[in-house]
Amino acid sequence: MTTTTPAPGEFHVVGDDIRDAAAPTGPIERRWDDRKFNAKLVNPANRRKIKVIVVGTGLAGASAAATLGEAGYQVVSFCYQDSPRRAHSIAAQGGINAAKNYRNDGDSIYRLFYDTVKGGDFRSRESNVYRLAQVSVNIIDQCVAQGVPFAREYGGLLDNRSFGGVQVSRTFYARGQTGQQLLIGAYQALERQIGAGTVEMNTRHEMLEVILVPDADGVERARGIVVRDMVTGEIETHTADAVVLATGGYGNVFFLSTNAMGSNTTATWRAHKKGAYFANPCYTQIHPTCIPVSGEYQSKLTLMSESLRNDGRIWVPKKEGDDRPASQIPEDERDYYLERIYPSFGNLVPRDIASRAAKYQCDDGKGVGPGGLGVYLDFADAIERLGRPAVEAKYGNLFDMYARITGEDPYSEPMRIYPAVHYVMGGLWVDYDLQTNITGLFCAGEANFSDHGANRLGASALMQGLADGYFVLPNTLADYLAASPFEKIADDHPRVVEARQEVEARITKLLEIDGTRTVDSIHKELGHIMWEYCGMERTAEGLTKAVGLIRELKNEFWTNVKVTGVNEELNQTLERAGRVADFLELGELMCIDALNRAESCGGHFRAESQTEDGEAMRHDDQFAYVSAWEYDTDGDGQTPILHKEPLEYEYVEMKARSYK
Amino acid sequence: MKITVNIWRQKDADAKGSMVTYPLESVDEHMSFLEMLDVLNEKLTIDGEDPVAFDSDCREGICGTCGVVINGIPHGPEVTTTCQLHMRTFKDGDTIDIEPWRAGAFPVVKDLVVDRGSFDRIIQAGGYISAPTGAAVEANNIPVPKADADHAFEAATCIGCGACVAACPNGSAMLFTASKITHLGLLPQGQPERDSRVLGMVEQHDAEGFGGCTNIGECTAACPKGIPLDVISRLNRDLLGALSRQAVGS
Amino acid sequence: MPVVYESEPQSDCDRIVEPAYCGPVVTSAPTKRTPATRSTVALKYSMAVSGLIMIGYLLLHMYGNLKVFAGQEAFDEYAHHLRTFGEPMLPYEGLLWIVRVVLLAAILVHIYAVVVLTIRNRRAAGYAGGKRYHSKQNRTGIQRSYASFTLRWGGVVILAFIVYHLLHLTAQVVTPGGASDSPYDRVVNGFEIWYVTVGYTVAMLAVGLHLWHGIWSALTSLGGNRSATRIDSRLTGIAVVVTLVIVIGFLLPPWAIFLGLEA
Ligand SMILES: Cc1cc2nc3c(=O)[nH]c(=O)nc-3n(C[C@H](O)[C@H](O)[C@H](O)COP(=O)(O)OP(=O)(O)OC[C@H]3O[C@@H](n4cnc5c(N)ncnc54)[C@H](O)[C@@H]3O)c2cc1C
Ligand code: HEM
Ligand code: SF4
Ligand code: FES
Repeated sequence: MTTTTPAPGEFHVVGDDIRDAAAPTGPIERRWDDRKFNAKLVNPANRRKIKVIVVGTGLAGASAAATLGEAGYQVVSFCYQDSPRRAHSIAAQGGINAAKNYRNDGDSIYRLFYDTVKGGDFRSRESNVYRLAQVSVNIIDQCVAQGVPFAREYGGLLDNRSFGGVQVSRTFYARGQTGQQLLIGAYQALERQIGAGTVEMNTRHEMLEVILVPDADGVERARGIVVRDMVTGEIETHTADAVVLATGGYGNVFFLSTNAMGSNTTATWRAHKKGAYFANPCYTQIHPTCIPVSGEYQSKLTLMSESLRNDGRIWVPKKEGDDRPASQIPEDERDYYLERIYPSFGNLVPRDIASRAAKYQCDDGKGVGPGGLGVYLDFADAIERLGRPAVEAKYGNLFDMYARITGEDPYSEPMRIYPAVHYVMGGLWVDYDLQTNITGLFCAGEANFSDHGANRLGASALMQGLADGYFVLPNTLADYLAASPFEKIADDHPRVVEARQEVEARITKLLEIDGTRTVDSIHKELGHIMWEYCGMERTAEGLTKAVGLIRELKNEFWTNVKVTGVNEELNQTLERAGRVADFLELGELMCIDALNRAESCGGHFRAESQTEDGEAMRHDDQFAYVSAWEYDTDGDGQTPILHKEPLEYEYVEMKARSYK
Repeated sequence: MKITVNIWRQKDADAKGSMVTYPLESVDEHMSFLEMLDVLNEKLTIDGEDPVAFDSDCREGICGTCGVVINGIPHGPEVTTTCQLHMRTFKDGDTIDIEPWRAGAFPVVKDLVVDRGSFDRIIQAGGYISAPTGAAVEANNIPVPKADADHAFEAATCIGCGACVAACPNGSAMLFTASKITHLGLLPQGQPERDSRVLGMVEQHDAEGFGGCTNIGECTAACPKGIPLDVISRLNRDLLGALSRQAVGS
Repeated sequence: MPVVYESEPQSDCDRIVEPAYCGPVVTSAPTKRTPATRSTVALKYSMAVSGLIMIGYLLLHMYGNLKVFAGQEAFDEYAHHLRTFGEPMLPYEGLLWIVRVVLLAAILVHIYAVVVLTIRNRRAAGYAGGKRYHSKQNRTGIQRSYASFTLRWGGVVILAFIVYHLLHLTAQVVTPGGASDSPYDRVVNGFEIWYVTVGYTVAMLAVGLHLWHGIWSALTSLGGNRSATRIDSRLTGIAVVVTLVIVIGFLLPPWAIFLGLEA
């Protein structure tokens, strides 16, 4: 039973454990087939009477909308950009995994499954991950059929590379633009359906609320959404038989991240406030090789492919505050700290270790570049060993990108890099069917928490987005829709009106405050708090402090923010204000989640929980569960309720990792 | 450094716009062009003025959301997207003119923001390969010669930004349209729909009100992704073929 | 979005791709489509073909003009030969009439396409406050050739010249320097006058500029370009050479006459 007051030093209360009721049992290889076989089907003739809302047109949303439209459902799709093709999936560079074993190097569905569970630091569900690995194979077939121009070998067959520290070559890629090419494939499939009239597309529409309506049995079902037309400001309500959220990740809670400027949590956070559980919000992936911040005006961070670490050597000056240019620091005054601390893996240690190590160096005052927030990534040795043309052939486009952004020539002086927030493993809690705990509300892609556990392997997010959209949802959603069409919901249904009024009231409030602080200044401050206390290294003390700071900031926001203009126009300040309001609340929950999880695992490092050598230490006995947070709708919204979903491992043995 | 910007301000689609001048006192040369606009907008907001509306999302040159005409050139003086342009390209004391893409088929929504929905509709008219989900054959059963695959990839890197249209004196979207024709037309998977694709896309291109190509080449010169001009010749060849097959009735 | 042709009835399922389901379409206002046979690209084909026909004629015409250097007899003989060519299969001036009809058709097609495209392109360029871009910087674009700016007005100059030229040398309505039955005399009489020669030269330079861009453009419109940029293309080279041949070829006779160097 739920108690209503948090224990001392805590901000949350603990509710009942939950289970994934949709999870199939039996041999793991059969589970997905069984689930598909047992799923109810929808008669093709009935599908045109059934309406599905899909929010988001990234890999997950576009592939889902296209597939559902093709199957004959009436799909209504939304995105906040001016075209579905611009969803942030477009920015993924590296590649997409699939267990094709084209290289005959011992890869298999089972190995991809195994690597992903292990990579997720034993905080993901075996069934889900196995399905992901199984479906990965179909994704590549599907994409090739659509004309995605993957890299090929001279014989005309598909090329692969190895990625993210795994020993097999299973990553398919399209130069450094894999996300772009995959998204354009899904986008074209989507546009085909729009042309065919099965999908209605609404661009520049931002979802601001979910509409829940109880059915005859009193079950609350997701039956629609409230959106704002970002050009006219009109608040529209849309109703349907089911709602799918595929709205991407919330890394922008840190203000600076590699996410797009518009990436937000609004859709998922609104659903959360309506009762959907938010799972593992604190699991954040921080990428070690980003271009460092150059000044206060910085608006976002740019990722450079991790492959740079294959040939670049990372170092800092041995002396604190050494501000000589790199070229004037002699060899024996440089500290190649990764090579020193991790002699066997050196510069190739996993993302989180590399990131943290850089932070420690900078904390010690050895950082380089503006604000001392950077470390060197030096190619001088590689250029000497391989020759400049070889380095150019391998990394030319990355070097060009670096030069364009920083104005420095990485061939003659070392690059500067610093870690940045890149991906969030947390998201809405979903069952095996990708359904949230709200009936009829589904969640796909980075927006859900499903497959990556505490840490995502490189090239696996694209795989998950497309698996969800092309192959999982169309089956599991059909099972849900078999009982539909549900009763029609009129536009003046009290729940619809109520949801719309909530949205309108919030907008009016934002416009009325008319304070003195800009939205961005508050967002930046939130970002600093999150980065400082809920970033690469977290402590109980810091997280507690952060919760307090965020609450103050939230108050500052709601009393002193300045939003110019009116609702009835294209108002980018208003758009940002709404997003930041939600980030403030999400940031608080992230800190509370991080505080609760007194262990280090994957993308969550608690300083209190490390080995003598500074290695992350899990506590499987206490924390082998998914943290599914319920919003305290009845209270003041400050005391979230934790539901634990225990994780069991039947196939992969839980082990600690070591990179020394 | 000190910079003066002249920006096209237009309240909404129906309003008449004009150029408005704003001085900026301390611009850092490492700022990106859009960060310079961010700084201006922070200042305007504090002063209670309406900030300048402009589009951007990824800010790393791949989503194609950003794009303004800078000193008469789409995306400005360097071959890159607006978001990847940095202030170090300019000098202290410079005056920079900033205007939205201009084209009949890209109506201005507000200030520097335009509506590029016409591009999506061109794709709807045939810019795809019909491959129903689940119907695909094993990927390696469709070998593609590396040269074709590379060339198709090159054409497929178009980010749909619209700079080609803004640069073209005729407001033609041939480079955009042809890049898709080339991407899909070079692949074996794209062959069955090759004729209907080019017919549909060209018809839609015209219906949207884009102009005709006069082979001037400003599009390629302005294109941040360097989409080559020969894609347009490929479209012309494909259309000629499709029309003649249509005429013969085969 | 459904494809709606101007003339066809609009039915719900009237679409290029057979949809899985035909329902109402809300996203995009149905745009009226014109068949591709009347598209800008098709117009460009006709413009290119008509332009190339005229260029073919210009090359032959130029070859004929150069006969001036062979003397009066040869030139008049050649002019006469053109008229009797193919007799008795063709009537007197038969070939000439065929050529005239083809050329007239070509120029009409060419002008029709120019007019339609110019109207369309102006609208497509999107003007605001009477201008496209208000910036005074980079008015000449990134890599535009001067020739590309002069096509339309240059074309009008050419048209005016063609009319004058026909009135002068074919119909003899205007007769600078005096009329004559001998084509040779007509030519020499005309070009001994400085303003006739200068006018002719200006017209030829206009033709040159037109073709400098036009030949490249025509070949590209017909699908011939395989290069990434206009400047890199082999077709640009071809255009330049053909243009120079035509312009120099046409300017030799009048200037030779004017300077008194003809045979
Ligand atoms: C720089 C970078 C590089 C990456 N590289 C790789 C890689 O190499 N391999 C890999 O596997 N993964 C990579 N990732 C991760 C991967 O790209 C993403 O996790 C994945 O693409 C997310 O896809 P998605 O469909 O869930 O969401 P997104 O693509 O983010 O799409 C979100 C959609 O939701 C819409 N939306 C959001 N909020 C709202 C709202 N409130 N109302 C209406 N619409 C809304 C948006 O308009 C958009 O259409 C990378 C990520 C980044 C940032
Ligand atoms: C009668 C007056 C003429 C006018 C007004 C005119 C106008 C034009 C214009 C505006 C163009 C470029 C338009 C475009 O590319 O879309 C053009 C192209 C061209 N013109 Fe003319 N022109 C005229 C006469 C001629 C003549 C006499 C010739 C031949 C000698 C000629 C040959 C060409 C060629 C080859 C092209 C390129 C076609 C293409 O781009 O595909 N034109 N003309
Ligand atoms: S062709 Fe180039 S300029 Fe045109 S839309 Fe594509 S990327 Fe932009
Ligand atoms: S903002 Fe994405 S390309 Fe510029």
